[in-house]
Amino acid sequence: MGGTTPSGVRAVCSHDEDTATMGVEAARITLSSLSGSINPAAVWFSSSNPPYMDKTNANVIHAALQLDTNAAAYDFGGAEKSGIGALKAALDSSKTLLLIQSDIRTGLPSSEDEGHGGDAASALLIGGEDDGDLIARYLGGSSANEEFIGRWRNPHEPNSKSWEERFVVTKYLQLIDSAWQEALSVTELSSRDISTVVISGSNNRAKNQISKILGVEKPRIDLFEDVGIAGTADATLLLTHALETSESGEIIALVVLSDGIEVLLFEAGNQKNQSKDTISSQINSRNEITYQRFLQWKGNLDVQPPNRPAPSRISASAAARESEWKHGFIASKAEKSGMIHMPPSRVSANPEDRIDTMDPISMANTSGHVVTYTVDRLVYSESPPVVFAVVDFVGGGRIPIELTDIDAEDISIGMEVIPTFRKVFTADGIHNYFWKVRPARQ
Amino acid sequence: MASNGIKDKVAIISIGCTPFREHWDKSRDDLVIDAVKHTFDGVNLASEDIDAYWIGTAQSGMSGLTLSMPLKLEGKPVTRVENFCATGSEALRQACYAVASGAYDTAMAVGVEKVKDSGYQGLNAFPIPTAGTNRTLTAAAMYSLVLPAYAKKYGVDEGELRMVVAKIAEKNHFNGARNPLAQFRREMSAEAICDMAAVAGQLSVFDCAGVADGAAAAIVVPADKAYEYTDKPLFIKALSLVSGNGSGLMDPEYDYTTFPECAAAAQDAYLQAGITNPREELALAEVHDCFTPTELILMEDLKFSERGQGWEDVLNGDFALDGAIPVNTDGGLKSFGHPVGASGIRMHYECWLQLRREAPAERQISDTSRNLGLVHNLGGYPGEMVSFVSILGTEKG
Repeated sequence: MGGTTPSGVRAVCSHDEDTATMGVEAARITLSSLSGSINPAAVWFSSSNPPYMDKTNANVIHAALQLDTNAAAYDFGGAEKSGIGALKAALDSSKTLLLIQSDIRTGLPSSEDEGHGGDAASALLIGGEDDGDLIARYLGGSSANEEFIGRWRNPHEPNSKSWEERFVVTKYLQLIDSAWQEALSVTELSSRDISTVVISGSNNRAKNQISKILGVEKPRIDLFEDVGIAGTADATLLLTHALETSESGEIIALVVLSDGIEVLLFEAGNQKNQSKDTISSQINSRNEITYQRFLQWKGNLDVQPPNRPAPSRISASAAARESEWKHGFIASKAEKSGMIHMPPSRVSANPEDRIDTMDPISMANTSGHVVTYTVDRLVYSESPPVVFAVVDFVGGGRIPIELTDIDAEDISIGMEVIPTFRKVFTADGIHNYFWKVRPARQ
Repeated sequence: MASNGIKDKVAIISIGCTPFREHWDKSRDDLVIDAVKHTFDGVNLASEDIDAYWIGTAQSGMSGLTLSMPLKLEGKPVTRVENFCATGSEALRQACYAVASGAYDTAMAVGVEKVKDSGYQGLNAFPIPTAGTNRTLTAAAMYSLVLPAYAKKYGVDEGELRMVVAKIAEKNHFNGARNPLAQFRREMSAEAICDMAAVAGQLSVFDCAGVADGAAAAIVVPADKAYEYTDKPLFIKALSLVSGNGSGLMDPEYDYTTFPECAAAAQDAYLQAGITNPREELALAEVHDCFTPTELILMEDLKFSERGQGWEDVLNGDFALDGAIPVNTDGGLKSFGHPVGASGIRMHYECWLQLRREAPAERQISDTSRNLGLVHNLGGYPGEMVSFVSILGTEKG
């Protein structure tokens, strides 16, 4: 990192990720742990850093997850608090909802924002008993609001600004008692019933002081050293982490300091997320990058690209026609020969099959292994070189495809890889989303 | 394969070729006019003497107007054809069939490419609107996939195999240094090439074909009229083309050590021409060495080497000017340069020079007992390509 050197490590969104693709990956982890199939009534996407304005980012997530056509898709954009607002609205709803909260943190090189921020996404499936065993039950919560200028960023500006920290801390300290008492009152709980307090927010000093007021020596759940402060995604990321480590019956208080204070109380349930991609396991399987590459990915350092033409914008109509493949990674499998075609095809390469006798088959959650590979230092990329592999999938199917989240020297034949939803490039402001593969986490 | 072929029905009576260069001072039209003029000069013909034209260009122009306007043709049929890097051969193939059918008595095929005006490295395809799911890898990287696969299949050390393909570049630079029309006329040692930085897989820039501007042209007539124009025509013995179905990209059986389209095209051509032992019967071969691993694989697909033996034959010098079967005696794409639409006809031009014993003395092949030449021209990538093979001979059967 630059000037300020806070301790720990930070999560960084890769050059081929944005808040939508990170949200898709988070949602895949959440949905993969479900035993049965649940069709959410809607997907709600919250971010202070959405890939598109005007256009709904939740639609891309909806397509990548291949949700039901009748499932709604909405963005809750703008302020960091939009994430917790969406969560509260979902918890008060009777519908089954998929919540995705995602953020990429900005900050000038050497700024405190740069040093403290972490890029992350979390996904929560909100429902009732009818949907199955609960990971946590929402008991109730409160809000305490007052207008004050703490952090701000105008549209089109990449970086936030902050008022002097001591003033901002004062405002939060003035609000905490009201918020805390109201939450206890509506849930008919006392402070003694709370076993874990999770405090989220961008202001570390305010978080520390409030944890003392609430009688917590140090918040038990804290990802500052491993992820950083994740903006819109911060509160639900911390809540998810708390629920991964809590015992059934424990009462968890989520306190969010963001332009006012939100308190939410949960009781941990019997169910746990069954995915092996827990927050801890993801933290433990991290790749480190240089500060130069970090600056490059954040758009704070332009480097000379290969002398090849930049890609042209994609076609909206072609992308819509191919949406199942492009967004869902749905291949086709020939009925008779069983040959899997990637991309899907109406005509089989096996002559024993007849035209239009193919069934769709999802490859999004199928792992594969590297058959052969190359490193392309000539092709245009936002982060050259491009690592590229021929991948054979378990159960059949092959595709030559880009390998991401890897250094060129670390690839090897036989390496296990899994598909991942990424942004291939952006041209004319249109993001080209498609699938790559990444090394499987061990 | 089901093709009847047109063996000995059509003959080439003249071919011309421009230097392949970074022709900063010549337009596409200049290159076309230079190649056509060179071709007409060989037989004292003019544009009105030609009944029909085919113009091959991958992306330097569209429609027959690309030829009819610069040549100011009057009332002539002109067809523009495109078939990736096999575009030039495709133009010639169409002209040959038109003459063989009896529709025309004289036909001309012209190939041209003006690539250096783009300002970018390498060859860059015309952007076609897509969903953005197509692969964007460079051709160099796609062909670099061959080396680890070949090394693993045949138990060759990867470092040794890297030197083998550098030897291919060394040979083609040696030949190109003896060719005044070639883009790169400097000899390069395999060791120097191996020392260069890798740009795609193990490949360095010097494992890649030169990218050049250029044009070439040929005139074809019915075989029985060929001697009316020249004492030494070349007769078409075989023309074959295979357009792949792309299954190599999705079929786990495909192992990147062969180009099935090339093997099939060669098989068809050998049947048409009645060739049973190409290594013994052919005087020379001009093959599509877009990248050095391509030429290695082609030696096996064209049956000049047994499977898994090509690398040893390269080290043995079998494909050198004085080898068992000289390959790319003009320097190939590697050294001559690769103006996409012109390259296929340029390959036929080298067969024309060699079989008529008109190549410069320092690269004229010495074996005079053989009178057949082979041209192999491909377009695309491992797993998805078009492949052309022709066989030419000095004697009408």
